[in-house]
Amino acid sequence: MVSQPYDDGVAVDPAGAPPVVRSRNFWQDVARRLSRDPVTLVCLTILVLILVIALLAPFIAPADPFKTSMVNRLKPPGTPGYLLGTDELGRDLLSRLIYGGRLSLFMGFTPVLVATLIGGGLGILAGFAGGWVNTAIMRTMDVFYAFPSVLLAVAISGALGGGVFNGLLSLTLVFIPSIARVSESVTIQVRTQDFVEAARATGAYPYQILVSHVLKNVTGPIFVYASSLISVSIVIASGLSFLGLGVSPPQAEWGLMLSNLRQSVYVAPINSILPGVMIFVTSLCFNLTSDGFRSAMNVKG
Amino acid sequence: MLGVMPQAREEALRQKPADVGGPRQPMLIVDDLVKHFKLTGGAPGNRPVVRAVDGVSFVVQKGETLGIVGESGCGKSTTARLLMQLVKPDAGVIVLDGEAVDAPHGITIRQLQRAVQMVFQDSYASLNPRMTLEDTIIFGPRAAGKPRVEARNAAHSALRMVGLAPELFARRYPHELSGGQRQRVNIARALAMSPRVLILDEAVSALDKSVEAQVLNLLQDLKESLELTYVFISHDLNVVRYISDRVMVMYLGKVVEVGPVASIYESARHPYTQALLSSRPSMDPKQRRTELPLSGDPPSPISPPSGCRFRTRCALAEAVCAEREPPLADFESGHMAACHAVIPGSGHSLAAKPS
Repeated sequence: MVSQPYDDGVAVDPAGAPPVVRSRNFWQDVARRLSRDPVTLVCLTILVLILVIALLAPFIAPADPFKTSMVNRLKPPGTPGYLLGTDELGRDLLSRLIYGGRLSLFMGFTPVLVATLIGGGLGILAGFAGGWVNTAIMRTMDVFYAFPSVLLAVAISGALGGGVFNGLLSLTLVFIPSIARVSESVTIQVRTQDFVEAARATGAYPYQILVSHVLKNVTGPIFVYASSLISVSIVIASGLSFLGLGVSPPQAEWGLMLSNLRQSVYVAPINSILPGVMIFVTSLCFNLTSDGFRSAMNVKG
Repeated sequence: MLGVMPQAREEALRQKPADVGGPRQPMLIVDDLVKHFKLTGGAPGNRPVVRAVDGVSFVVQKGETLGIVGESGCGKSTTARLLMQLVKPDAGVIVLDGEAVDAPHGITIRQLQRAVQMVFQDSYASLNPRMTLEDTIIFGPRAAGKPRVEARNAAHSALRMVGLAPELFARRYPHELSGGQRQRVNIARALAMSPRVLILDEAVSALDKSVEAQVLNLLQDLKESLELTYVFISHDLNVVRYISDRVMVMYLGKVVEVGPVASIYESARHPYTQALLSSRPSMDPKQRRTELPLSGDPPSPISPPSGCRFRTRCALAEAVCAEREPPLADFESGHMAACHAVIPGSGHSLAAKPS
């Protein structure tokens, strides 16, 4: 049996079989810390609710979101049959908000997801390879980074023309440089740590070090940063629709709805504000949730 | 107090690579190792260079411990990284057991890295925070192409060798361990590669004194039972005296003195070594020092002084010290020093006249 020669080891019971100690891993730790953070939990719940409602729109929406009614234009919230009132063409506002969530969330998620895959990949590659690879990738990113994100999105969408696909494309291009930059700096931080040096000292190949040592330590921070971009993406997507560059009528999308209803802001102020409230609540929840994850995962910066 | 379990030891010895060159062949021969780091800034082609390691040569015999001492920035750690080929040397030859590294007919850098392993100073930073200890230790053998089961066994026996029960520790994460335990895991990680040489770069410097003593004893045990060769880098002169067979003193990227531990500590010849040794605090209040043995910082390694690099802080400096660089001259029984004041016929007023 093992004699414990050093006093800071845990004593092993010499008679019985030693207990197998299995520690909480990183994600279990994160979950435990999140469970003690009410703000993040509330925001996360609201987000899940919005997501579920949007996904189940056909089953939940009380009316057809496209059915116009010239008689019932701009009815205030609480009108019988129209829980949240109607818009400038007499369409049920609640149903349009529920359907609009689908497109708005889609426009929020997709560009960030695609940009994280592309930008994250480029950034990790640049940070890990260093040298001229880094210079080539990061200086190209800097060119895009030089433009303000909204301006760049408007410029690309304007050049390509309106439509959902072009909107997604322009948003993706806008997010790639910033995600690449964050990924690069996180990767460089990890790459210069002693444990990577120790892994190199075993004669391991770079891809083995990248997969087992670097990726594990960079995905968390990149994920947190990307999740904070979703709210930006929703807002910019709404902005594009507002300018007539993203989604085109009669489709329901929060930004477009806000744009159309703004002419009625003096006639029916509450109706006009509702799509804006949805954008605000959703992006706020995304921001607070990603902040909660950031602190639960102990990401610095 | 035996820290190594018999089975674990047998297993480790079985996996030990064959002694290629025989017992008389030195384990490591390092000849004229040079590393100059280019600084950014300045005109291209004329960038200033930091002469971190500037022509270092030494030999490590099989089964011995070579201690390397010197002030911060003298090139100790760079020498260690050059030995491991973590940093590519600008010039110089490394010979491992009779076979030149990265040379025609020699061994590859990967083969060197499997035979020579390193333990770093910062026990926390040198363990991946997202990996269990087992996964961290397994990584090396797996990368070397060992099957998973075999690598796991190697990891567990390495943990046992450093006195950590795998049943208790294999699945833990670094943050759950004390500093001493973490440093033992780092040693286990190195041992799992079945190395022949262990480079310990300030491996015990960050530990508190009682844990440091435990880890030092563990290292002594492991060295005997696994027939290892150590290169022990430290700025702690007492620790180096305790663990080393021979000691090498570095100053500004050069070797100033090297020799058997007793001979260095009792009759140091180089004024720098003498100053280093007398800077140790004394336990005897009557021996209290009133003036500093060495003052100021070492000169910049970007533009080192001409001739002898120590002359700007040396009490014995004369004109000859600025003119010529003193060679590393052999005195008795492998004790070598690079100082004009002790080299006969150097032209220094204190040196013996040539007969």
